[in-house]
This record gives sequence, structure tokens and C-alpha cells, in this order.
Amino acid sequence: MPRKASVDAIREALRSEMQRDESVVVMGEDVKLAVFAGTRWLHREFGDERVINTPISELAVAGAGIGAAATGIRPVIDLMFGTFLYLALDQIANQAGAMRYMFGGQTKLPLVFMTVNGSGISAGHHHSQPMHPLFMNMPLIKVVVPSTPYDAKGLLITAIRDDNPVLFLSPLALGSLRGEVPDETYTIPLGEAAIRREGDDVTICTAGAMSRRCMEAARTLAKEGIECEVIDLRTLKPWDEACVLRSVRKTGRFVAVDESFPVCGAASEWAATVAEKAFQHLRAPVQRVSNLDVPLPFSPVLESAAVPTTERIVNAARRCMQAEPA
Amino acid sequence: MTELQPGVVLDIYRRILNIRRFEEEVGRLFTAGELPGVVHLYIGEEAVAAGVCAALRDDDYVTSTHRGHGHVLAKGGDLNRTMAEIFGKETGYCRGKGGSQHIADFSIGMLGACGIVGGGIPIATGAGLSIKLRKTDQVSVPFFGDGAANEGSFHESLNLASAMTLPVIFVCENNQYGEFTPAQDTMNIEDIAVRAGSYGMPGHIVDGTDALEVYAVVHRAVMRARNGEGPTLIEAKTHRRGGHAEGEEAFLAGQTYRLPEEEELARLRDPLLILHERILHEGVADAHALENIEQETTQRVADAVTFARESPWPAEESVLEDTWA
Repeated sequence: MPRKASVDAIREALRSEMQRDESVVVMGEDVKLAVFAGTRWLHREFGDERVINTPISELAVAGAGIGAAATGIRPVIDLMFGTFLYLALDQIANQAGAMRYMFGGQTKLPLVFMTVNGSGISAGHHHSQPMHPLFMNMPLIKVVVPSTPYDAKGLLITAIRDDNPVLFLSPLALGSLRGEVPDETYTIPLGEAAIRREGDDVTICTAGAMSRRCMEAARTLAKEGIECEVIDLRTLKPWDEACVLRSVRKTGRFVAVDESFPVCGAASEWAATVAEKAFQHLRAPVQRVSNLDVPLPFSPVLESAAVPTTERIVNAARRCMQAEPA
Repeated sequence: MTELQPGVVLDIYRRILNIRRFEEEVGRLFTAGELPGVVHLYIGEEAVAAGVCAALRDDDYVTSTHRGHGHVLAKGGDLNRTMAEIFGKETGYCRGKGGSQHIADFSIGMLGACGIVGGGIPIATGAGLSIKLRKTDQVSVPFFGDGAANEGSFHESLNLASAMTLPVIFVCENNQYGEFTPAQDTMNIEDIAVRAGSYGMPGHIVDGTDALEVYAVVHRAVMRARNGEGPTLIEAKTHRRGGHAEGEEAFLAGQTYRLPEEEELARLRDPLLILHERILHEGVADAHALENIEQETTQRVADAVTFARESPWPAEESVLEDTWA
């Protein structure tokens, strides 16, 4: 199978859907030149009408996407860096997520907001924040965080075909990662986790860029005789609760690893769900490993210390193994 | 006015009267404690929605504001379903999930009222983009107030629409107040219409109490947009007859904020009376015909109240319906 970078996988997904459905358009700042390359060259095939360079007006562009989606277009809005979503929040939170429900089911909003997410390239706080928990907290918005080029393609195709607003957040740290990606079109259902590694001792739940770090941690722990089951959620909302609970019933130990801020982060949601629904199976307190509660620092040394490190993940799993049941 | 067909003039008159009698009733129902939540009435501003919507087709789009009942009705919305939504009933436009500030009727291009000042402007702009991509000759009209003209969404949308030559007619209803603050205290310009120049589109000022003038100016802007010549900003100078919200006395705590001369003007420049007099003066219809329209309208509003009152509340289970598509 050909090996491709995430941005190539994203471009293939967009190309596949633009060929398949004339109502799919891509719009955003610099989508033709394409800083992150996912939309690059598409205008040559599909023209300026369907690959639209917009002003740097995140609020209006997001709202225009909503208005277009409500009237027969299937827009993919590329807002580039995840932090730029803050500028579009009124339209996403007050309108995109709410319109169908608020108007009694009168409309569908087939709409994808696409950005990179999180840190890893010393981009500084304004270009490095993890955005997913904010949107997980908004009703009726789907949140997708791929961790491999293969998943990026399949999930984006599904997201574009979905009739609901979907936030597609590519991990910034994995932009140059290569992996096997078939040339043909395929879909991956939203809300279906991938078990990256099976194990009987500790369930590690994660998503996005942290998937690789959790796999590293699992390899380290295996040398100590601790076998981890690593679950990559891939979709954060709706999320594959059943897969996680099944695993916890087997292992009795749970570590939630997420690249976001600790208070009300994604890890908190997973940990709370496990505590609520699998408490009787737990042999140790649930553990959360999240970003430190500071803005993302610039220096590579500080930046990597601010997000979950392999060492912190390993230590959390060890704490689970050492805990005695009450 | 003489160049307008009598049918068009009477159509506009019906729309104004429809809104006036409906809103008067909503005000009474609110005062009587029959309505949940809060309502913002459109009384005094009817000529804008009526004049604009008379110049539109059913398949043209509008977005509205927190003061949105008038836009729904002017666009051709059903009185019963509008009233039922304001009551929070299952038979309402949004099955009781939207309420007064979130009424929509997608079947007539009414893409929704909006509780956020300026929130509907980008959405209507996007509908304009959709029209351009689908290559139809529809147009899109965001209604918004003077307050929204100070929001980023207004400025971003005007620029976007102009840069992309979208068929959008931006209709600013300058009713002189952003909530409780006079517009003149919040901007250092007399006319919002001049902001059109910053974005390379025509800007027009119209007397928003004169429905026929509104119609004429909007009609030209609509023709321009349908011909692919791009957006227009229209500022309709109008007056809010009542307060920002019904029942505001409760939190005004005795304070006043209306300028006396403006309040007097609001009383004098009543769009319903202005058109009523012109119709009689120019012989478009006689008093008897207008009285018939009055009686029909009053009856329809009364029927809507009965419909809303007698409609069931939403079933509790429906709180989880209309979620994922």
C-alpha cells in the first residue's frame, strides 16, 4: 500500500468528495496556496468557484458556511490553525450546533470545519492550543481527531458526507507523519474507536497526537510486564464509550491521556464516564494525564513538558498497577 | 407611488397591518402573563419588513433578528404557527424549541431569527454564496439593527459579499436605539449607510416609515443583485414604538432612556397610518375596502391566538428529537 503524509490523505479525501458531489466546496484563507497543503492544487481541478480563497474573516466565513450549508451547498471550511476557531465561535456555538434543533428539525447543516489542532512545532500559544474540549461541550457538533493518515482520509470523507456540523481537527504534531493510505475512496464511521494494541492490565484511552505517545508508553510498560490496551477514539463526539467500557471491564485499570488542558478536558469526560459506568470493575483509581494548566510555551523544551510526556503516561499506568483495591 | 400597481400597494398594506395587529396581540398576551420568556415587538418598524419582502420572491432568503416576528410574517409566514411558537407549543414553527427569538420557516426562505445581535448577517451572506454557486437568480436579505452595524459580523460580511460579488441586500433597520442606548451615543457618524463605501458597494438611506419608498429602493437593489451586480446596503431610518423588550419597566426601575423628541417622532411617523392615508388620498382603495382588510386581519390574529392556546404542549420526550440529522 502506498505511504502518504496526512496532508496528502486529506487532499485525497477532499478530491474524492469534490469529484463525487458537485455541492462540495472548500473555502478559507489561502486554500489555494494551502499552508498545510491539504487543499493545495485542488483549484486546478475544480476551479476558483469551488476552491474559494476568502478574506481573513473567520466569523463571516464560518457563518457563510452555515448559510450555504442550509441552502444546498456542502462546504468544507478550512480555518487553518485551531485557535482561529475562537474568532468564529459565535457562529459555531450559537448557530451551527443549534440551528437544526432550535428550528424544530427544519434544516440539515452538512458542514465541515477543518483546522490543525494542538502543539508540537514551537508555534507558540496562539497557534498551538488543543481546541477539541470546547467543542465537545457544545451540543450536536461532531468532533473528529484522526491520528494516522489512513484515518484522516477515511474520517474526512465520512465527515463531508455527514449531514451535521463536524469539526475535523488534524493533530499539528502529526502533519509530516507518513502512513499507508489506499488510493481508492473509503470511509471510517464516526464514533468508532480503534484498538491500537491489546492488553489485559491497563486500558489507556486517547486520541490524536497522543496515540503515538501512548504506544511508546505501552512498549516501555510491556518491558516491565505491564500489558496495556491502547484505545484511539478517533472521534471525540460522539465517542465510542462501549469500546472503552468493554476494555475497562477486562483490565480494571484506566488511564485517560489527552492533549488538552486538565480542567474539563477530554480526559475528564472519559474518566468520569468510566467511574460512573464501570466502577465495580475498577481495581485502581482512574488516572488522567493532560496538558499542564499553562498556555503553550514556545521553547521546544518547555513545549514538550507542557503536554503529556511518555514518562507521565508510564507513571500513571504504574500507579494503577501499584494501587491496592480498597 | 403612482407607478406602483394598486395590487402591490395593498399587498404591502396587508403585510403591515398583519404585523401590527399580531404584535399588538402578542403585547397584550405578554402583559397578561400568557407567554413564557421575553418578546421584542416590531411595532413602528413594519414598513421595513413589509416593503422589503414585497420586493422579494418566495424562494429568496432572509435572516432576522431578536425582533423577528415581523420578518416572519412579512415573508409570508403562517400566523398560527408563529403564534404557537411564541407560546412554546408543539404546533409552533420550531415545535416549541426556538421561541420568539428563533422562528424560522425554511419553506419560504426564512432562515431564522437570531438572538445574537448581528448573528444572522453572515448566514444570509452564506445563502448569497450558495445562490452564486448554484447559479440561480435568487437574492438574500439579512435584516439587522443599528446595533449590529457595530458588530464584526456586519463588517466582515459586507466585505465578504462585496469581494465575492454576492446577491445580498443588507437591510439595516435603524430604530435609533441599541437596546436602551441611543445609536448616536455609540457611533460617530450620522448615517450607517456611509459604511457601504468602505466595502465598495452602494449604500442608500430610506425613510423606513414609508413602506413604498422602502419597496422602491429595495426593488432596485434586488434587480441589481439578480443581475449579478453584487450587494447593496440599505439603511432604513425607523422608530421603535415601544421599548426594547416588553415588560422592561421591571428592570428599568423608574429610569427613562427615550429622547422625548424621538418618541414624539415615533408616534407621528406611524407606517400604518402613513400608508393608510396615502391609499385613501390617492384612491388606491376606499375606506370600505380597507375596513374589510382590517376585519380579515383582526380575525386571522384572533384565530392564531385560539390556535396557539388550544395547541398541545410539546411531549416531554421531544426534548431529544431533532438532534442529529
